[in-house]
Amino acid sequence: MRIDCPCCGARDIREFTYKGDALALDRPDPDAGDAAWSDYVHNRDNPAGITRELWYHDMGCTAWLVVTRDTRSHEIAAVDLASAVKEGVA
Amino acid sequence: MRIDGTGLIDRARPLRFSFDGHAFDGYHGDTLASALLANDIRLVGRSFKYHRPRGIMTAGSEEPNALVTVGQGAAQDPNLRATTLELHDGLEARSQNRWPSLDWDLLALNDLAAPFFGAGFYYKTFMWPRAFWEKLYEPMIRRAAGLGALSGQANADRHEKAFAHCDLLVIGAGPAGLMAALTAARAGADVILADEDSVMGGRLNAENEEVGGQAGRDWAADVVAKLRAMDNVRLMRRTTVSGAYDGGTYGAVERVALHVSHPGPAPRECFWRITARRAILAAGALERPVAFRDNDRPGIMMAGAVRAYLNRWNVAPGRSAVVFGNNDGAHRTAADLLAAGVNVAALVDARLGATTTLDVPFYAGHVCGSEGRKGLEAVSIATLSGIEKVRADCLAVSGGWNPTLHIACHMGGRPDWSPDIAGFVPRPGMVPGLAAAGSANGAFSTARCLAQGAEAAQAALTDLGLKPGTPDIPRAEDGAYDITPLWSVPGKGRAWLDFQNDVTVKDVNLAAREAYRSVEHMKRYTTQGMAPDQGKNSNVNALAVLADATGRTIPETGTTTYRPPFVPVSIAAMGAGAQGKGFAPERFTTSHKASVAAGAPMIEAGLWYRPSYFPAPGETTWRQSCDREVGFVRGAVGICDVSTLGKIDIQGPDAGAFLDFVYTGMFSTLKVGRTRYGLMLREDGHVMDDGTTARLGDNHYLMTTTTAAAGPVMQHLEFVRQGLRPDLDLRLMPVTEQWAQFAVAGPKSRELLNGLLDTPIDSESFPFMGCGAVTLGGIDARLFRISFSGEHAYEIAVPARHGDSLFRLLKRQAEALGGGAYGMEALNVLRIEKGFITHAEIHGRTTAFDIGMQGMMSGKKDFIGKRASQRPGLMEESRERLVGLKPTGDVKQLTAGAHLFDAGAEATRENDQGYVTSVGFSPTLGHFIGLGFLKRGPERIGETIRMVDHLRGVETTCEVCNPVFFDPEGGRARG
Repeated sequence: MRIDCPCCGARDIREFTYKGDALALDRPDPDAGDAAWSDYVHNRDNPAGITRELWYHDMGCTAWLVVTRDTRSHEIAAVDLASAVKEGVA
Repeated sequence: MRIDGTGLIDRARPLRFSFDGHAFDGYHGDTLASALLANDIRLVGRSFKYHRPRGIMTAGSEEPNALVTVGQGAAQDPNLRATTLELHDGLEARSQNRWPSLDWDLLALNDLAAPFFGAGFYYKTFMWPRAFWEKLYEPMIRRAAGLGALSGQANADRHEKAFAHCDLLVIGAGPAGLMAALTAARAGADVILADEDSVMGGRLNAENEEVGGQAGRDWAADVVAKLRAMDNVRLMRRTTVSGAYDGGTYGAVERVALHVSHPGPAPRECFWRITARRAILAAGALERPVAFRDNDRPGIMMAGAVRAYLNRWNVAPGRSAVVFGNNDGAHRTAADLLAAGVNVAALVDARLGATTTLDVPFYAGHVCGSEGRKGLEAVSIATLSGIEKVRADCLAVSGGWNPTLHIACHMGGRPDWSPDIAGFVPRPGMVPGLAAAGSANGAFSTARCLAQGAEAAQAALTDLGLKPGTPDIPRAEDGAYDITPLWSVPGKGRAWLDFQNDVTVKDVNLAAREAYRSVEHMKRYTTQGMAPDQGKNSNVNALAVLADATGRTIPETGTTTYRPPFVPVSIAAMGAGAQGKGFAPERFTTSHKASVAAGAPMIEAGLWYRPSYFPAPGETTWRQSCDREVGFVRGAVGICDVSTLGKIDIQGPDAGAFLDFVYTGMFSTLKVGRTRYGLMLREDGHVMDDGTTARLGDNHYLMTTTTAAAGPVMQHLEFVRQGLRPDLDLRLMPVTEQWAQFAVAGPKSRELLNGLLDTPIDSESFPFMGCGAVTLGGIDARLFRISFSGEHAYEIAVPARHGDSLFRLLKRQAEALGGGAYGMEALNVLRIEKGFITHAEIHGRTTAFDIGMQGMMSGKKDFIGKRASQRPGLMEESRERLVGLKPTGDVKQLTAGAHLFDAGAEATRENDQGYVTSVGFSPTLGHFIGLGFLKRGPERIGETIRMVDHLRGVETTCEVCNPVFFDPEGGRARG
């Protein structure tokens, strides 16, 4: 598998580390309540289809990326900087 | 038998080799298989299960029978295919799976017991008693049934791995592949052409035919020469593309030096990872046998292989041959045999109404059996008029051809059935970016191969944004293939499908009768296609037989899953460079040499190596050294390299706010020139790591992490910075390796430092937890007054290039003051005496509450893990919480990992009250001390409890005490 890093270009999967669902970017407010926090900390979907996930380019530019990938084909539809996604500019 | 001719062997370069200890002659250009056939060696192996005599069947990597072992001792290399093993001077090959010898194999008795050995035999027979399986049945079966064996010794042979990138990867250098590579290369694409043979050209080297008015092999050689002259082409001979992976990545194994007598420093094999924007699969096709009674005798070969041995290696596989087929290839084979002067005893064509113009005895019918002891002697031919027996020592068989589509199916795709060729063909798009061309795509004439190769290249060029141009396609034969499917000839006896795993038509029928109707179930029940050849020349026949037995069509029955690798790839090649230090690189501190020179045994801490202790003359146990080193720190001054702790430089106007968010405590309020202990949680509320962070300037902090967590903490901080708080203005930089840092600990630490620093320090300039810039010998350094021992202590950091000399200097100065260097053992005892935690305590399941640090969780701000740490259950009094332990029973020892129980309670899981995490003998206190977690721990100080180490068989009673054993007020560190 290869990921097209916005900073470095297309690179082999072994340069990256996987973290999990990009839901981790949506940290609730401290007073959001138990259900919201429980979802954030523990609950993840496991779709057969499109998923947004976090990858860390630790052998490259150390950027955190949001990779939109189809789990059925491993086809990657988009790669964005996590910071841009968080700031709503991706 | 060698015949005249102008094949691809070099008769001017004779070679000597041996097989099973007997010496033979061959020529440069031979494979082991062609050389054995030239020497009239037909029996080359014994079959997997029945130990039946077997001979060479093919001329390629699909060979199921002719597997040999090469090399001696540790370098012994089993299961090499004689058909792809290039002959070289001094090659020593040995046959496999026979005892005591190939010619006289006692286990051939298995063949007489064959009626009992059908599909599922092992499953049905060796069921009871259960305990016999592992000890008796399995070892017995493994000895009797098998292939070659590894030596079991570590092999020092070199292997290599490499990476390549290209616009277009062409897999296979037959007519389609060569045409594709030439078309793409001329258009300016970066091309890699990979072919598993030693000579490119594919079937053109094996056939007697013309391309563009010249001999096919000469045309191939011309194209190869043209490609070699182009800068944008990489030709990879002896390279088998073994798998297709995501994102246009392909695995390939190159046999670099398997074909040379003295490889020198060259690796035996190289495993390539090739990234290609587009790929063309031009891997050709594999000929399939026909199943009939005793179709596995030495001398029975694939018709295409017979042509290859005749035309490429000038070897006649026999003196009198029968040719049997269901397509025009049989006639071509008979013609080539005649041209080579071999007697054709019969040409048998299974097609209705077939005739021939060749001057040979012709039979419209089937071959229905064979005879012979250790090789073919006669062939039975069934026609409408009855069965006739014909004497022959070679039988060339063609049941048609299967496109070599494996690579196209490696990403889970299922191929389409083509009735025209009675075979499976790749469905477009199964591997993104890969297209099949030529025989691999079911186009079997040379003319169609050339045309499809050019077309596939043009399509790829258009995708790549290059001008396709108009390729000049040479004229070539375009004969019909004209196949009538024939999978097995009915009759009594055993008819082989999978030669490598000894699976017969009967086995597949039995599987169907026993309800293993799914092709995947049949495969596993009969082991069809599960040998190293992965059923290359048998799977389609087997599933055709299964389709017939279950009353379904072949496409309804479907194929099994194609998985990489296409050919066996040695683990040594795939894992090249990842043995020993390649697997676990060594990280050395700047004091490594000095520590080793001082005789310190080094212990691993992750990839780092750190000194365990520094033995002094006369000491015979590590405890003596450790006790002495603890004394240095408690009584004088000790030096310890702490460079392995992670160091992260944090700069920016929002650095303080960022630290407030990742640590439980406040850091934005920390004064410049001061250091503070920080505790970091995971978002689930459990402790992640701890360490001190110093404020070096208004916008500049330096964080330390534990040695083990340096990487994970850096990753975590970057995630928080980029993914959670991109609004904060700061940058992070790991500087662990840039600074050498040493602890200078003990009552005489300041005295030692003041002997070295350019400007002396005092308690005002460097109070407890103070930090700042200093110089020594004109070198800029950083000094932190922090203590992991509980003594008046400092850590001094210099740029790494000065680490070695500073360590030697500090050690010498310490020794002059009655101290010296100390290692990890003493460091551990010192911190346990003070109740300081490490990852033995913050092991991922403990909370700040558990380690008594709930007071460090600031109520004034949000931080990572704050919300989750307040969940019900994470702050319960009844949790296992940190305590100190000291032995009070007859046994004066504590062990880490032991469990705690109430005094008098049985030591069972149900009664478990906690566990011990760290122990050591405290020379300061004169007894063992330990840290552990105990339910309601802090409430139970003074209680006596029972410690039981079930693993080591140690049991004692302990007193629960405060985890800070020594100087609980902390006056020594502050003083």
